[in-house]
Amino acid sequence: MSRRAALPTALAALVAMHLAALGAGFLAPYDPTEQNRSVPYAPPTRLRFVDAEGRFHLRPFVYRLVRSGAGGAYEEDRRQGHPVVFLARDGAGAPGGRVHLFGVDEPARIFLLGTDAFGRDQLSRLLHGAQISLFAGLLATVLSLGVGWLLGTLAGYYGGWLDSVLMRSAELFLALPWLYLLFAMRAVLPLHLSPGQAFLLLVLVIGLVDWARPARLVRGVVLSARERSYVLAARGFGASDLYLIRRHIAPQTFGLLLTQAALLAPQYILAEVTLSYLGLGVSEPVPSWGNMLASLQHYHVLASYWWMWVPGLALVAVFLAYYALSEALHLRAGPTSS
Amino acid sequence: MVRLARRAAHGFLLLLGVSILSFVMVELAPGDYFAEMRLDPRVSEATVQALRVRYGLDRPLPERYLRWVASLARGELGYSFAYGQPVGPLLWPRVRNTLLLTVTATALAWLLALPLGAWWATLRRGPADAGLTGLTAVLLALPDLVIALGLLLLAVRTGWFPAGGMVSLGHEQMPWSERVRDVATHLVLPVTALVLSILPVLVRYVRAGVADALGAPFVRAARAHGIPERRVLLWHALPAAANPLISLFGLSLAGLLSTSLLVEVVMSWPGLGPLLLEAILARDFYLVLGPVLASTLLLLSGNVLADALLMVADPRIRDEAT
Repeated sequence: MSRRAALPTALAALVAMHLAALGAGFLAPYDPTEQNRSVPYAPPTRLRFVDAEGRFHLRPFVYRLVRSGAGGAYEEDRRQGHPVVFLARDGAGAPGGRVHLFGVDEPARIFLLGTDAFGRDQLSRLLHGAQISLFAGLLATVLSLGVGWLLGTLAGYYGGWLDSVLMRSAELFLALPWLYLLFAMRAVLPLHLSPGQAFLLLVLVIGLVDWARPARLVRGVVLSARERSYVLAARGFGASDLYLIRRHIAPQTFGLLLTQAALLAPQYILAEVTLSYLGLGVSEPVPSWGNMLASLQHYHVLASYWWMWVPGLALVAVFLAYYALSEALHLRAGPTSS
Repeated sequence: MVRLARRAAHGFLLLLGVSILSFVMVELAPGDYFAEMRLDPRVSEATVQALRVRYGLDRPLPERYLRWVASLARGELGYSFAYGQPVGPLLWPRVRNTLLLTVTATALAWLLALPLGAWWATLRRGPADAGLTGLTAVLLALPDLVIALGLLLLAVRTGWFPAGGMVSLGHEQMPWSERVRDVATHLVLPVTALVLSILPVLVRYVRAGVADALGAPFVRAARAHGIPERRVLLWHALPAAANPLISLFGLSLAGLLSTSLLVEVVMSWPGLGPLLLEAILARDFYLVLGPVLASTLLLLSGNVLADALLMVADPRIRDEAT
């Protein structure tokens, strides 16, 4: 990939992932909490085009999965194919049902990424889980950079005692390894939270714990920006502090904020995933990539059902996209912004 | 020495600040161990009150902090309600295990990063250079959690390494040499996970530092004297690049300890991480403070160590200090 194309490609990939998360209700074939207790850990359903008689169908179809014997192995019921229906409506076309991009008619089911212990569709959970995991990371980034920017600008611009107080407290926050700090903050909050509360609190905690790093960087930029001759000139003409910050100083920090955002967002996504993985974040039945991965804590799941790894693979894809974005931003911004 | 002492004093002040901050934070938290206990209908309000008085939870905040500091001085670090014993004795073996893991991983990562980065710096554009760029990029983009889980999968599938834990069953009965071997085999996976997560950053920095140094005039002079290229690289360029790398060592400790927390929990290595998690789940607040402060202490002492190393390595800093 050429250097020029890296930035738009990474951005497009990230936008696509976030849009897919937002459109989960439409893209996912099922409700993420809908259980099918008869098909736990069903392997991914295979899309087929050629039926038992060897005829080709343009419209893909699936076979129903049935359990064979007591061992829990699955096999396909080849007697009848169930065609994939596009723009399928919930509840056999009853009014008020949601429209999904695709689905199959009952009693067959389509699990493109298999099912988990409760027979819930992994694909639907992955897409809905992305709403939690991706956006928790994104919102926490906005929060952390917002607070860091504000405090860093204040410290750098006004200096004096305000600077000392802010930077001393930043040192306090940086004296703790940040995951320990995050866990300590989490320890203070109630253990049992509703998913909505948990999401908001996670965003708050992850975002607020890490304000010190961006604040220090922003302060550095502001310190040098404050002494530029055109800023001094504007000040000489009687410009107010607010005007100077808004017009001359803030724009200098934006490049830094962008590169920082691309670095911090994946860290914060991982923070949410880690907390949920350990049962300290968003809890079942609402999916997050973290609590989906939590099933891998059982060694038999870890070793036997590869489709339970899908949230981990999705995480790698997100990380790669953010990594490519941060590299591209870095190249574009040149050596001055780091 | 003065500089080092000043840094150590600064670190101590920071530790004090963190202790007050985390103590107040934890104390202001809604609910405590006994509040959870109250959920049990068999425990009466009076019992809970009596327990609170017994453990001094009814006293004002400054007094509790001073009592806690006093117990810190005795090496107790407060009292764990869940374990029914002082936190100190629970904490020390965990600190030792975390140190064993992180020190091994750091040493190994640097031992790999220095030659690899130095070699990389000598490469011109080509397949090896591109390969290393790609490899470090992929490793950088792999989340720590996925690395740890992937290694666990490897262990479970192949059975080459024990999947989690630090000792096997019957460890106590083994002779001394067997015990060391036992712990060493258990160390392999968590150390690999840690090394994989920090190595790419280190290698990239080593490469950048050495590449800078290779362009310096003294390197050209050394080459002109006919000193072999490998000797130039290891004895002239690498020491010149040492300064920022030692700073990086200090800076990378925070990330290392964080990753270690995650790896310990995923691979059930009995370090600070699992203790912290257990304490959080039990709402055992003094036990939460233990690992948090211990990790701060580890980080700050690592920074002082990096400072000392810097003074050893760089005479300019040494002279400025005296």
